[in-house]
This record gives sequence, C-alpha cells and structure tokens, in this order.
Amino acid sequence: MYQRITGENPYQTPMRIYPATHYTMGGLWVDYNLMTNVEGLYAIGEANFSDHGANRLGASALMQGLADGYFVLPYTIGDGLAGQLGNDPVPTSDPVFTQAVAGINDTNRRWLATNGTKSVDHYHRELGRIVWDNIGMARNKAGLQQAVTDIPALKEEYHKNVRVLGSADTLNQSLEKAGRVADFFELAELMARDALQREESCGGHFRDEYQTAEGEAQRDDENFAHVAAWEWNGEGTDPTRHQEELTFDNVALSQRSYK
Amino acid sequence: MSGTTGEIINVTIKVWRQDGPNSEGRFETHPQAITTDASFLEMLDLLNEHLNDQGHEPIAFESDCREGICGTCGVMINGRAHGPQKATATCQLHMREFADGDEIVIEPFRAAGFPIIRDLAVDRSPLDRIIESGGYITVNTGAASDANLTPVPKEASDQAFDAAACIGCGACIAACPNSAGQLFTSAKIGHLNLLPQGQAERWKRTESMVETMEEFFGSCTNHGECSEACPKEISLDFIAFMNRDYLKAKVKNRALTGQK
Repeated sequence: MYQRITGENPYQTPMRIYPATHYTMGGLWVDYNLMTNVEGLYAIGEANFSDHGANRLGASALMQGLADGYFVLPYTIGDGLAGQLGNDPVPTSDPVFTQAVAGINDTNRRWLATNGTKSVDHYHRELGRIVWDNIGMARNKAGLQQAVTDIPALKEEYHKNVRVLGSADTLNQSLEKAGRVADFFELAELMARDALQREESCGGHFRDEYQTAEGEAQRDDENFAHVAAWEWNGEGTDPTRHQEELTFDNVALSQRSYK
Repeated sequence: MSGTTGEIINVTIKVWRQDGPNSEGRFETHPQAITTDASFLEMLDLLNEHLNDQGHEPIAFESDCREGICGTCGVMINGRAHGPQKATATCQLHMREFADGDEIVIEPFRAAGFPIIRDLAVDRSPLDRIIESGGYITVNTGAASDANLTPVPKEASDQAFDAAACIGCGACIAACPNSAGQLFTSAKIGHLNLLPQGQAERWKRTESMVETMEEFFGSCTNHGECSEACPKEISLDFIAFMNRDYLKAKVKNRALTGQK
C-alpha cells in the first residue's frame, strides 16, 4: 500500500512517517442507553462520544462499533422501541416530514442560486488551511482565537460566494458536497472553541502553553478532569458547554510519559 | 522514483459524460497539467475545479476512502477496469504511471447490471442485493462468547481471509466480456463457507446468492479477466469452490439441517 501511494520501495528507501492530526475525539452525546438528546435517535460506534478518551488509539473504531452493537444496543434499543409497539408507521404526509423536505429543498435551491465565483472545494481547502494552521496537534491561545474569528468570516463568504452548478433533480455531487462543507464549518468552529476553553494539554490536544519541562503534555486534573459536550443552540447562537465529570475510583491519575 | 517532488506532465483527458440513465452519452476532451505525485482521483478533482470555474458542471465520479479499501471508486481507464497498474484500485493509481502527452480515456464501468447514474457513476446496488440474499452469518448478539470457543483451522482462516479481501468494487464484472458476477459472489460465499461459523447456513446461502447473482449478471465462461482486473487479486479458485458448493447445495438433503 505504501509503495502504491508514494512510489517508493520501503525495502530500499526508508519509509517517510509523520504524525497525523485526528481533530475530534468522539461524536454525539448519548446517555447510557446510547440514545442521543433526540428522543428515539441512537448513535453507536465512534459516532457517539461515550467510549472515547482524549486520544485516539488504532482500531478503536472497530472496538467501539463491536462493543456498542454487540453488547449494549441489543439490551437498550428494545426500551426505546417498546413505546412504539402497536403504533402505525409515521406517514410521509406527517407535517414534520413535509417540513423537513421543504427545508432541504429550500437549502438546495439556495446553494444553486448563490452563483458565486469559487468552488466548494476551494472553500473546503481554505477551511482546511485554517484548521491545519491553528487547530493542529500543537495549538495555542493566539492561534485558536484566530481560528474562532477566521472560520465564521470564511463561512460567511462561503455562503455568499460559492458556485454550485447543475440542478437538484439529478445526481449532483457539488450540491452534496456544499452541504457537507457547510457542516464542516460548524464542526471546525466548535473544535476551536473547545480547544480554546480547555486550558491544559491532554491526549490529542496539546496546548503549547501547557507542557512539562521535557515537552510532555501537562494535564490539569484539578479543573479539566471532565468531558465537554456542546449543545447546539441554533444558527447564529453560541453553543453551550456541558461538563461530565470523570471519576476514577481505582486508579490515581498520574503524568504519562511516552518515552 | 526518488520520492522528491514530482514533475508536471500534460495529459489529455477524454472522458465519458452522460446526464442521466436514459440520456445519450458523449466523450469530452480536456487538457490537464498535473504533477506525477498526484493520484488519479486528485487529477479528476483538479479538472473538476477547472470545469466549475469555467461554468461547466463537474464530472460525477465516486470515491470515498481513497485508500483502496472501501470499493467505492472504479472507472475504466484506457479500457481497463481501475487502469493500467495491477492489483490497484483507481484511488491508489498515481499520475506517475502516465507520461507527458498521454491521452487518457476514462469511461464508467460498463455492464447491463450496472446502469449509469451520471457520467462515471454507476448503480452497483445489485451487489448489495447479492449480499442481502446470504452474505452474512446469523448469530445471537448480547452475550460475550469466549473468543476461542470455535477453533478455526489455519488453512481455512487463511483462505477465508483471501476471499474477504474483496472490496466489492465491481471491477470483475466491468472487466468480464459476459458481465458475469462470479468472482465477487464467490469471494463473498467463500469467505463465509470456509469458516466454521458459516456452516449453519452454508447451503441456503450458496443457493440464494448464486441465484440472486444470476438475476442481474451474465454467465461465467472462465475468461479470467475478472481476476486480472481485481485490485485485491481474488483467485479464480473461489469460483470453482462456489460452483462445487452450488451443486452440493442442490443435491443435499437440507430438510434435516433446517436449511430450506
């Protein structure tokens, strides 16, 4: 695989290895039954936040997918479905359904009518540059503040100046991508806010300001031994940060060294 | 190749455009300058950006992981499924395989079982129909059984693993003069039928998957083009294994084992 990608034979040329950022650790907030804050909507595997630590280990996607799907959900989803027993399936004429369809059609129309000058890919790349420069493996207060300012500015330009061609009636990959990149803007901004708020270094989050004399991550268990879950408050409103404390009964927290 | 920055080459892309499943298709020609370090799909990304900038709709093509493991990508490049490099999915093909001045002809996978959705994107859902008809094992979830409860012979494990390497891209069908689905189906059947866990549903699975396959795809006449085009080099041996199991499934007294 390596040789196909790089064109280099690792038996002859040393392999070029570099660390890669992972950006987010875990996903949607869920309760112990793996249900999200949307009633009846369950999220399993790495789509939820429940088993993720501050860092990502190889194969954790498989582990969590198996653990949630095999051991947890079979016991908990029945509870969620039980209340629906005997109910007829929700028809597509339901107002919630028709509103959702109308909302999506509106959004699609807006993308196609924007008719700006730059492609979706252009903005995706520009957003990637901000994230790479400021929310990478090592981040600091100044950079994160910059990102919190730059991302919404670019987002505004994106919505005004993106060019999506074609129609919404056939397969339109630019249109699909436009919606996805719009989501990336929200996620990127949230990542920057969360990293800014967490004034310690921990796992995949390394703040330049918080390191030991040897350059290792310096945690602050006094103030940050918790998971932060952010609540969406609607477009244009700041999200709310919720804390879930991490309590350890049988192990004492200590400094980790990768040496 | 020394691993430094690649050189820029100029290629001519002759690409199939088709607005929808029932529209008439046509070839379009576009010049493209590209670094030899770029992957084939990155070259298409760049071409699409140029098209978008000029007010032309980008070329529809599918891809996802771009690591050769998801099976989403796949086009005919110069008449070959996944292009000129052996055992390589389209996403892993790089422009260093091409030379300055080359004309590169890109077409969708062509098979009656894979109707064109748009441009280079084809509908490969018949592969899902085959998997749905038996490409799984039925187990109880909930309780954690001991990891070593079912011993698996080393040879069976190795063979099953080779079959499981199939990423379901459909290149075998696109490469076959008969558009036959035998290599894909046999890899999926072989993966499960070789393992102890797959025995309980072995005959039912084989019959059902083979017959679902025949609803969509042509007949196998042992050309071997499928294995040649396969990015994972799945062996024709699995087709022989599947054919034997299909015959056995037809003559077995399955009532006794509950496999209808």
